[in-house]
Amino acid sequence: MYKRILLATDGSDHSLRSTEHAIHLAKCSEGTIDVVFVIDGDTSKKDVLRHANKIEIEKRRREKIQPVEERLEQSDVPHEVHMLHGEPGPSIVKFANEGEYDCTIIGSRGLNQLQTLVLGSVSHKVAKRVESPVMIVK
Amino acid sequence: MLAKIKQEWFGNVRGDVLAGIVVALALIPEAIAFSIIAGVDPMVGLYASFCIAVVIAILGGRPGMISGATGAMALLMVTLVADHGLQYLLAATILTGILQILFGVFKLAAVMKFVPRSVLVGFVNALAILIFMSQIEHFHGENWIMYAMVGLTLAIIYILPRFVKSVPAPLVALVVVTGAVIYMGFDMRTVGDLGNLTQQLPVFLIPEIPLNFETLQIIFPYALALAMVGILESLLTANIVDDMTDTESDKNKESRGQGYANVTTGFFGGMAGCAMIGQSVINVKSGGTGRLSSLVAGVFLMFLIIALGNVVVQIPMAALVGVMIMVSIGTFDWSSALNIHKVPKTDAAVMLTTVVTVVVTHDLSKGVFAGVLLSAIFFAAKISKVKVTEQLEQNGAKRNYYVEGQIFFASVTDFVNKIDYTENTLDVVEIDLTRAHLWDDSAIGALDKIEGKFENHGTTVVYTGLNSESQELKERIGGLSKASGH
Repeated sequence: MYKRILLATDGSDHSLRSTEHAIHLAKCSEGTIDVVFVIDGDTSKKDVLRHANKIEIEKRRREKIQPVEERLEQSDVPHEVHMLHGEPGPSIVKFANEGEYDCTIIGSRGLNQLQTLVLGSVSHKVAKRVESPVMIVK
Repeated sequence: MLAKIKQEWFGNVRGDVLAGIVVALALIPEAIAFSIIAGVDPMVGLYASFCIAVVIAILGGRPGMISGATGAMALLMVTLVADHGLQYLLAATILTGILQILFGVFKLAAVMKFVPRSVLVGFVNALAILIFMSQIEHFHGENWIMYAMVGLTLAIIYILPRFVKSVPAPLVALVVVTGAVIYMGFDMRTVGDLGNLTQQLPVFLIPEIPLNFETLQIIFPYALALAMVGILESLLTANIVDDMTDTESDKNKESRGQGYANVTTGFFGGMAGCAMIGQSVINVKSGGTGRLSSLVAGVFLMFLIIALGNVVVQIPMAALVGVMIMVSIGTFDWSSALNIHKVPKTDAAVMLTTVVTVVVTHDLSKGVFAGVLLSAIFFAAKISKVKVTEQLEQNGAKRNYYVEGQIFFASVTDFVNKIDYTENTLDVVEIDLTRAHLWDDSAIGALDKIEGKFENHGTTVVYTGLNSESQELKERIGGLSKASGH
């Protein structure tokens, strides 16, 4: 049923919970997990300013999602990590729809309520526009 | 090749045109405000943004990046304009372009890697502080209406994007505040009071300056500073756009492009400019990734000014001051200030030195120079640390020293002093250099010196574990110094 699972993550503790759900689902259907991590414009600006070169930027970003990757390593579920560049909502939607996934899993929020009110939640956009079933992990 | 050109220009027409229009609208307030910072008519900044955006669209190395009149450049030219006037600024702009073309031709973009991150962070922070400080003078002798209007501008800029994202908020703020001031009949200083705005296309002009050595002496220091700062900010912006779009770009081509753009703008009555971080981020976020967006931005900007010039002169200064305060807040790297206690002390010191130097001298290039110099010193200090551990063997007849680190002119004194020469009961001293590297004459000299000191006690010194490069150096130089020294 859920052969190809897309897990959208930001490396937060919250997204670690989504990882658990993704692993469970993948194990049930012997599926694979594709992890996406989106780097938005402001993060690009900050990272380029802060770190000496491309290699260091790449390393820091890898470190951010390390908890998720480690958890996936332990689980023995085949998985792959993709770094996307752009606005989080549309980037995830595009990637999910082009990849024809069976299920998209995303954490409900990494932001506090004010930020959600102001910025709109990514998970809401994803739920609305991704064609596959979407699981929002609370 | 042709396919690549086609892709760069027409691969993303819809996104580029829309983003270009958004960028043009966002460029207008900044181009006017930066002109006022530099002390020239608003047209000088507007012509610059037009010319630079168009030329860069064609000749730049980083599609999707936006260039125009910038705060960093405007701040560098203040004294030149005040002391010598616009014509000298135009000449300096052309010379800046020539220097940047040379920079690109000689492929010096790679030199950028020697400018450490903490200097770049210091650079943007200092830039933000200078832009902010340059706005304070506009409050002199003003009443509460000025403060209220600046407040209104800022309120619109920060609150509007939470509801409407398609139109640049600074432009809406400009329109609303201008409308409010005209409607209420407030008597406030406007853009028109500070300079002229002519509703015409820029024309080709040769700057009216005496072509002699004295002129060159005046403009060269400015041109050099402008060229360096322009390249620095442009390549930094190019890296950001590279990362945002996950593509690569030709930095040397971009340097040349910046040069051609500045030469052109100088001949068409514009001030020197460079790439703009904020505008480039807006462009890419709005969907502009090709060359077309920069061209559209430039052309649409000029069209708006020709069509709406008589409205532009009525923009109250309060609105522009608000926009500039926003620019300075957005430019400042806040996390670098908040996390200053977390980063290595040397990095923090380099960053602060850069900021303080700029704020004191009002010259960004001096700040960068001071920052690079200080970080070079820190680096030399860090790398010149040599670690020596020791061990006694063969019942006290042999002592082993294990050396770790880089042996070169700055570290030899430290290295030589770490060895104990007073032990006169030893037959052999073995110095293990497996984890060390010899770099220069001084390193070889140090080895000879150690040998010499032990010779007095009749102790033999053996060097082991030299890596092949160090061995080669030792044989080449060591042989010579021995032959002449003994």
